[in-house]
Amino acid sequence: MIWLTWRQFRVQFLVIASVVLAAAVLYAATGPGLADDYQRFADNFIKNLAFARLNPVLYQVGLALLYAVPPIIGAFWGAPLIARELETGTHRLVWGQSISRWRWLATKVGVGGLGTIVVTGALSLAVTWWSSPIDKAINAGQESNFYLPRMFPVTFSGRGLVPIGYAVFAFALGVAIGLAVRRTLVALAVTLAVVILVQILAPTLIRPHLMAPTDQNTVATADNLRGFMISGPGPDAEIKQIEVGINAVGGWKLTDETVDKSGKVATLPKWVIDCEPNGPNERATSPKAAACFQRMADEGYSQHVRYFTADKFWALQWREFGLFLLLAFGLLGFTFWRIRRDLS
Amino acid sequence: MNAALQAHGLGKKYGRRWALTDCDLEVPSGHVVGLVGPNGAGKSTLLNLSVGMLSPTTGSVEVLGQPAGTQQAKVGYVAQDTPTYARLSVADHLRLGAHLNPEWDDSLAQQRIQRLRLDPKQRAGKLSGGQRAQLALTLGLAKRPELLILDEPVAALDPLARREFLQDLMEAVAEQELSVVLSSHLVSDVERSCDYLVVLVDSRVQVNGEIDTLLATHHRLTGPRRTAKELPGDQYVVNESHTDRQSSFLIRTDRPILDPSWSVTQLTLEDLVLAYMGREVQSERPVLEVQR
Repeated sequence: MIWLTWRQFRVQFLVIASVVLAAAVLYAATGPGLADDYQRFADNFIKNLAFARLNPVLYQVGLALLYAVPPIIGAFWGAPLIARELETGTHRLVWGQSISRWRWLATKVGVGGLGTIVVTGALSLAVTWWSSPIDKAINAGQESNFYLPRMFPVTFSGRGLVPIGYAVFAFALGVAIGLAVRRTLVALAVTLAVVILVQILAPTLIRPHLMAPTDQNTVATADNLRGFMISGPGPDAEIKQIEVGINAVGGWKLTDETVDKSGKVATLPKWVIDCEPNGPNERATSPKAAACFQRMADEGYSQHVRYFTADKFWALQWREFGLFLLLAFGLLGFTFWRIRRDLS
Repeated sequence: MNAALQAHGLGKKYGRRWALTDCDLEVPSGHVVGLVGPNGAGKSTLLNLSVGMLSPTTGSVEVLGQPAGTQQAKVGYVAQDTPTYARLSVADHLRLGAHLNPEWDDSLAQQRIQRLRLDPKQRAGKLSGGQRAQLALTLGLAKRPELLILDEPVAALDPLARREFLQDLMEAVAEQELSVVLSSHLVSDVERSCDYLVVLVDSRVQVNGEIDTLLATHHRLTGPRRTAKELPGDQYVVNESHTDRQSSFLIRTDRPILDPSWSVTQLTLEDLVLAYMGREVQSERPVLEVQR
């Protein structure tokens, strides 16, 4: 049965695997140079990165590949796995041989699932390893407006275990949808759409609930201020929102709200406009602004901030990976239950 | 010896529609059984239930004395439209059979492929309908089953390919000593290849028996007009038709017909099947087992 599964699967497998292999080789070849630069330039590493034009490209391609692989695997490996057999009627040929449906399904899912883990795992390992000097430098506080901390949602989904979790989930989803709708093309499209939706929504809807974030109340000051949201230009402008910096480099801030002394979310009073420095890039604090911040502190206003610190990275990675692995097993459970029932 | 196929009160419901209701059937082994009936009579459903492809809603079906689907290695199955993997070659299909069947007879498979002049490297998707059916049959035969079930194997084939396929099947049956059940909606297919007949109409078995016996015990009587009640009690009327002066009955009896006023004609198998198929389906079940 392994032979047959491989025979049917090999084209799809080799197409994706060769792309991933090529990428892995590219990262393995350029990675050591990057690691050397990290040692050599130390604190100026990020600044110097831009001089080697390839590096920003490789950085983004790596992320893009890790985003692309789960939906593609789900759609092109998972969805046709059973749907194509049902569509062409070949399930009646193969079930007419001396093999139980469960063994047939288990072999197909086993080979495909293993392929998914190996391919995504290899790619994620290559990209995560290649990017690690950059991630380290960013987490050490080097400034950049191009490279984001690996804790940030966009980067987080393209590092470590999470892409593997997504890919396994996508594969299981494709198989289950293929079995439910029995049309290869429909299953392929639905799987593609659902997996992309999950990739978009998981960081905001799921990830913040996987662990308890650090919960903090800080008084806004001219020093920790990160920005204002102002209702508009002109003399009547009001401050809608205040954002403060957190004392955790490389962390991911979930919420940042101004609360009053009872702890409730507050609407900012009009006079808070005084806290604004004179223009967006003006760092020097005017006496007026200093007085304003003092008044906010005196009246009990503070910033309620929730965030994940950078050292929670792997704990959060494992949890999200585990969650999607569980979802994948749930979908497999459905598939094994459904395959035993009437299909022809 | 166990019955090849045995159904008791077998029924299958798809959603709200019954495809097969309350079907009782017993087919002895050692025969080539033709299952005929109009489209939608439940032939496919019955066969799919027999190989365990479907599970019954009511009743039960036993194959070679065991519940359907439990002895996969002993039951060969050639599905409707003879599906094959379009992108796999003929040789790949044989390899598939060898991998998935413990009793696989590779020399038989190779010989058949050679004799049928199938190119082992040819992809199954490029084969003609007849060749595809032959390939599917080869898979079914080389598995060395005790019972081979074929669901409308020749329905999509042209007359020549039909003839070749059935002839080939008959030769294989003669060599391998296996029981065969094949369904068809054409009597000519059955006439050519089978020695046992089951007529299924509206999921009821109308008649069931060895073809020779059936032909020997069914007669058409033509003579002066009279009603069915005037016939002797041992003559079972399958159908009747009347004109002003003449009556014509199709009867079943195992006794000689003594009344000299009848002119008795032999039936062809087609007449017989059509007579049973054309009948109004009676609400109470007629007793139609042919005695042997």
